[in-house]
Amino acid sequence: MSSTASNIVTSPARQNRVTLRKTVVSCLALAIALLLSIVLMSLIGSEQLPARASLCALASFGTASCGLTRDQFDILFQIRLPRILLAAAVGGSLATAGAAYQALLRNPLAEPYLLGISNGAAVGTMIALVFFGASEWTRPFLAFTGALLATLAVYRLARGRAGATPERLILAGVIVTTFLSSVIVFVTTLMDATRIRSFTFWLLGDLSGTSKALLPVAITIAIVGTLALTLNARSLNLLMLGERDAFDLGVEVGRVRVVVFVVASLLVGSSVAASGSVGYVGLVVPHLARLSLGSDNRISIPAAALGGALFVIVADTVARTIIAPRELPVGAITALIGAPLFIYLLKRA
Amino acid sequence: MRPLLEAHDLTVGYDHRVAVANVSLTLNAAEVTAIIGPNGAGKSTLLRALNGQIKLASGTILLDGQPLERLNRRKISRRIAVVAQEAELRFPVTVLEFVLGGRFPWATNAGWGWETERDLQIAEAVLQETELTELSGRLMNELSGGERQRALMARALATEAPILLLDEPTANLDLSHQATLLALVRNRCDRHQASALVVTHDINLASQFADNILLMKDGRTVHSGTPEEVLKPQILEEVFEVRVLVDAHPVTGGPRVTPVHEPYRHN
Repeated sequence: MSSTASNIVTSPARQNRVTLRKTVVSCLALAIALLLSIVLMSLIGSEQLPARASLCALASFGTASCGLTRDQFDILFQIRLPRILLAAAVGGSLATAGAAYQALLRNPLAEPYLLGISNGAAVGTMIALVFFGASEWTRPFLAFTGALLATLAVYRLARGRAGATPERLILAGVIVTTFLSSVIVFVTTLMDATRIRSFTFWLLGDLSGTSKALLPVAITIAIVGTLALTLNARSLNLLMLGERDAFDLGVEVGRVRVVVFVVASLLVGSSVAASGSVGYVGLVVPHLARLSLGSDNRISIPAAALGGALFVIVADTVARTIIAPRELPVGAITALIGAPLFIYLLKRA
Repeated sequence: MRPLLEAHDLTVGYDHRVAVANVSLTLNAAEVTAIIGPNGAGKSTLLRALNGQIKLASGTILLDGQPLERLNRRKISRRIAVVAQEAELRFPVTVLEFVLGGRFPWATNAGWGWETERDLQIAEAVLQETELTELSGRLMNELSGGERQRALMARALATEAPILLLDEPTANLDLSHQATLLALVRNRCDRHQASALVVTHDINLASQFADNILLMKDGRTVHSGTPEEVLKPQILEEVFEVRVLVDAHPVTGGPRVTPVHEPYRHN
């Protein structure tokens, strides 16, 4: 075969291919944008902070006050920055999980929130809160368990004799979502009335209750999970075109499926435990990543992670400033953007 | 010379029903074998079983003399390529990207990793072979059924596997492309010492391009041999339950099969 390679016509598509170089350049650009947004969005909020002094304090990583008052310094480093970092971790996790589910399930509409996986994690978190309220560490663990069980339930329900069609998968998601919603309502009745309001807020996706203990966990899981899924990107590229084809070409389909289910459940579990069910991030961001960079998962998964972080940071800034000093749950903003896109994608599918 | 693939006494069951029963076959280098038979004869199941996709109830498959189940997936994929109509195209993928998928079995890093210059050259060579060079930048879901079938073929050729398993590769193709595709298969076998196993409904294409024909019915081998040995009126009439006329092809001289249908009458 290579004997004919000397007089081969170079194909027109050669230049447009996704390469390592293109991936590195795109991800670097997104990382710079992400860093800028972290800095800029920490200056915006109901409490005006002096811009120059804040930038100076941020640049010193909190070692110098740069003339900020004690209160201003605390707002910046104890409230805003942790919240923004959590937004980044949640956005990155959800977008990465969405991109991986979409490739594995061969369905551009697959998304943790729409498939009921976020609800599974929410039920896990609530059980942790109601029965093990004191221990913060049981929350992400039970959220992960809930997400994994919901994933398996949806997968089993969606898989017909002829494989899972996109419509069947979405229907299975609706069934799991509504079932788990009623479980959530049931668990809510076990709570006292004062906690119910903050709970409904949390359910819609809310970053205001950032927990100091969970922030490093969420960031670590977001980074490790994204790397783990990116390392399976080439297999996912083939799975995206059919399970049988992927098998024929040498993909260990069962192993990749387990990796994606476990890692994506970890990503969804940790973000739901920290911030509730922020919806549609896993739909909007991977879609934009594929639209601008192509379907190759080697680029679209890391790009979705960075883009997701950026997206939720901006959405949360809108949520906490648009009707300041009152706040909206960030999930309301992401759904406002995501639902119309979902309808558009559904019509095109 | 050792056969590329040997299957002994294969039996495959699906949901308590036996789909393939006691089938044996040998694939030799530079040979094309066609599997023909009525719908539900177990042809496609046999093809899937040979690739390790469907578990065997009994029997053995030897790939280059080694038992198939002892080899890992990527090693098998370097030896066996499959062309079946499976690709689901819900995501935009260019023809070149699609064909480069055929290089996956050779990737040194299966998960991440990037195609090498050699991978690209092989992909471009098979794109040329399948007359797809001009379309390489187009999206797969913009292609016609026939072009897509050729892309599937190109991807299989890109694996450089010496064994090709083809499930109705000509089903979507017009007359000229049917012949071109099978000529491509024939060529690959003759020039690269490859072996192809083709499931087809087109008995005359099988007669023209295959060295051996395996005739199956109800999961069993009814007959196997050269086209001249298998394509006989009494054998075909028994298997397909239709009257046939077999004469010599005016150009090739091989057997030509024409079904003779009774004119349909209202009573």
